Amino acid sequence: MEKIIKGKAYVLGNNIDTDQIIPAEHLVYSLTDPEESKKYGHFALSSVPPAQAGLPHGNISFIKGDNYQSEFNIVIGGSNFGCGSSREHAPFALQIAGVQAIIAESYARIFFRNCVDGGFLLPYETPAKLYDQIKTGDELELNVHDNILKDLTTLKIFNLRPLGDILPIIEAGDIFKYARQSGMIA
Amino acid sequence: MSMTITEKILAKSSGRKVVQPGENIWLNVDVLMTHDVCGPPTIAIWKREFGKDAKIWDKSKLVIFPDHYIFTKNQQANRNVDILRQFAGEYGINNYYDVGTERYKGVCHIALAEEGYNVPGTVLFGTDSHTCTSGAFGMFSTGVGNTDAAFILGTGKIWEKVPESLKFTFNGQLPPYLTAKDLILQVLGDITTDGGTYCALEFDGEGVFSLPIDERMTLTNMAIEGGAMNGIIAADAITEDYVKERTNKPYEIFHSDSDAKYKKKFSYDVTKMEPHVAKPHSPDNLDTVRNVQGTKLTKCYIGSCTGGKLSDYKAAAKIIFGNKVKVPTFIVPASTQVAKQLDTETISGVSLRQIFENAGAEVAQSSCAACLGGPSDTIGRATDNETVISTTNRNFPGRMGSKKSSVYLASPLTVAASSLTGVITDPRDFL
Repeated sequence: MEKIIKGKAYVLGNNIDTDQIIPAEHLVYSLTDPEESKKYGHFALSSVPPAQAGLPHGNISFIKGDNYQSEFNIVIGGSNFGCGSSREHAPFALQIAGVQAIIAESYARIFFRNCVDGGFLLPYETPAKLYDQIKTGDELELNVHDNILKDLTTLKIFNLRPLGDILPIIEAGDIFKYARQSGMIA
Repeated sequence: MSMTITEKILAKSSGRKVVQPGENIWLNVDVLMTHDVCGPPTIAIWKREFGKDAKIWDKSKLVIFPDHYIFTKNQQANRNVDILRQFAGEYGINNYYDVGTERYKGVCHIALAEEGYNVPGTVLFGTDSHTCTSGAFGMFSTGVGNTDAAFILGTGKIWEKVPESLKFTFNGQLPPYLTAKDLILQVLGDITTDGGTYCALEFDGEGVFSLPIDERMTLTNMAIEGGAMNGIIAADAITEDYVKERTNKPYEIFHSDSDAKYKKKFSYDVTKMEPHVAKPHSPDNLDTVRNVQGTKLTKCYIGSCTGGKLSDYKAAAKIIFGNKVKVPTFIVPASTQVAKQLDTETISGVSLRQIFENAGAEVAQSSCAACLGGPSDTIGRATDNETVISTTNRNFPGRMGSKKSSVYLASPLTVAASSLTGVITDPRDFL
């Protein structure tokens, strides 16, 4: 696990559901074929209503043109991020698009588990409402060791909630690696 | 120590005497369910992690229902069903219900009940957020992603954080203009879409236990819309009768202790409740039907695991009988068994199917269909800037297809009344 993650912020609001993250019509592509699975990246966050896409101004596409990777690698959200369906395609799509971490006030349970147990990306929680303090495009530095987020554009510093109980799974990489390390499976 | 029904079942499954909310515990899983959208990636992860000699922990406990994208020309969707078929053949999975055969069942959550996989006191995981539906049988059931499902497939175990419980007591019996959908929409309006996050929603009271089992499943089905881990209703004689007709698996009935601890308790007098809608674009955007009546519609939809059961169609048929629909109306039975019941259930000698067809509604084949949009050739899918009223469970932006469409969620009574007028209509106007 990288201890320092640097990159650009993509800012979203509350209740970003899995249909907005990856619309159901796209759940037909292979997740194992390296070429076909790029489609998940291409359609990541494609159903976020334009006015809410890339706050505070909105109308900023997460993915430009035919790309499957985004220029933004840290997603900022509000409360209840990832609510809705159990589709693991959602954190997968964000990972393919290049997202390394999400920082939100709270998460829906299944999305959170999927991020952690599948080792797709870091789901950090923050006590603060970041979407009114960080702008899409701000340069961020996430220190996973100290649980601190720096906005290098505005020089603001935010404390994040420690990952707690699930840190051993994150440090191991995913639930299978964790289970092997702890002797649960061969 | 006093415990809730959810805590008691989780204690049993983890081999402990007592569990407390917040504890992370490892559960022994009784049934793992998957379908065509999440089955193939689950199988791929299981093979990747357990290698060529990967073994299923217990074949009799794995159940596979293709149900999401079934009646489509989309090749990638059909490829997913092919993967399931091949897997079931290769590993000898008896509980596989193939498309295009007599065994095909339709939507997994309803098929789990009909085929006897819902057993009081047990623990069921599924690769679908609406797996919480099975909680109507006094069991613990919840949705997980592909990785967790692959872990279960190989080990039969999974970790879970013991949830706090919220209790909802419905007093009185439902008046004829209300269904379970009106109750759960009220709950969601009260707790919002994250008010139940990491919690169990426990439903209790005469208003619940006077309902048939398929109506109870409407309540537990939408627990996830409040962010909950599970929804649960203790088993009673109605549950036992239903279960015994379908399986001889042993079951154990648990009840919450009278002094069990709850995060919060809610109480409702159902005789005073109103028909409700969830307005676009969230299941917690509660309003009364009266407040939005007259809203112009382009489509009506009665289907899905939460709104395409026999009770839903009996309710809708009561209003539609002898009338004509004014806007395109789609009847998509959750399961093939429900589809058969449309032929055998009658009102004044006319089958429910005839009632709907005579009214000009389209009766489709059983699957998840337009509840979640699906491929572009999915029946009933919302296109362009349509305004739809639907008995389904989600109305997030783009959920039923077009990102520009607006979806109202409502009871089958309200949707049926609205289909006859072309505008959102209170069912009391027809009852």
